[in-house]
Amino acid sequence: MTVNELTEKYGLSPVIVPEGEREIRGGYCGDLLSWVMGRAQQDNVWITIMSNMNIVAVASLSDVSAVVLAEGVSLEQSVIDTAAAKGVNILASEKGAFELAALIAPDV
Amino acid sequence: MTDSLTFHFDVDGENFVSAGQASVQVKKNLRELGFPPEIIRRVSIAMYEGEINMVIHAGGGTADVDVFEDRIVIVLSDHGPGIPDIDLAMQEGYSTATDNVRSLGFGAGMGLPNMKRYTDEMRIDSTVGKGTVITMCILCS
Repeated sequence: MTVNELTEKYGLSPVIVPEGEREIRGGYCGDLLSWVMGRAQQDNVWITIMSNMNIVAVASLSDVSAVVLAEGVSLEQSVIDTAAAKGVNILASEKGAFELAALIAPDV
Repeated sequence: MTDSLTFHFDVDGENFVSAGQASVQVKKNLRELGFPPEIIRRVSIAMYEGEINMVIHAGGGTADVDVFEDRIVIVLSDHGPGIPDIDLAMQEGYSTATDNVRSLGFGAGMGLPNMKRYTDEMRIDSTVGKGTVITMCILCS
């Protein structure tokens, strides 16, 4: 499933989607950034409530397909701009991480 | 002796938000050189963890990356407080980071273990009161 397909199927809000046709394979939930870098796999969707600038670097270096911000978390414009420049897809939802993971898991 | 490409970076110890610039640049360079994605991922995560550590604990430092055909060598050097007990520091979950650093999502005690996880060789030379040099090697063959 692609990032665009995921966005549409579950009514996620596209915060910034520079590479919407990127394929998603598997996922990881977590807010501690070193755990994410240690455990998330390439092409995963990463569900988190973290919103600071470092999530862009972690998403880019871990090479995940997309970040999904849970619990209605919002980003500062500077974070969005950096994500756009680095080609990092970011989506958002009002749902919690547990609910999002349960929803998305069967599709990826 | 094979020729290598060398990249040098100064890591700013004051700026947590911009931490990772060196890693992102190395990722870009390796991609342009045509290295496989999984090698690039391992190099850039190991280097980012090292950069973050230098910002958190040492007030910055330097990062040197030597790119050979069959391996990539990263040397991170700082003049921070040093690591008194390296075995303890290598344990997953052990951290001396402040609450402020933890609130940003770091300081989980996984930095050094991740650096070891993603590299084929890692050596830590540290002297308390003088600083730390970490040498990491990733084989590409």
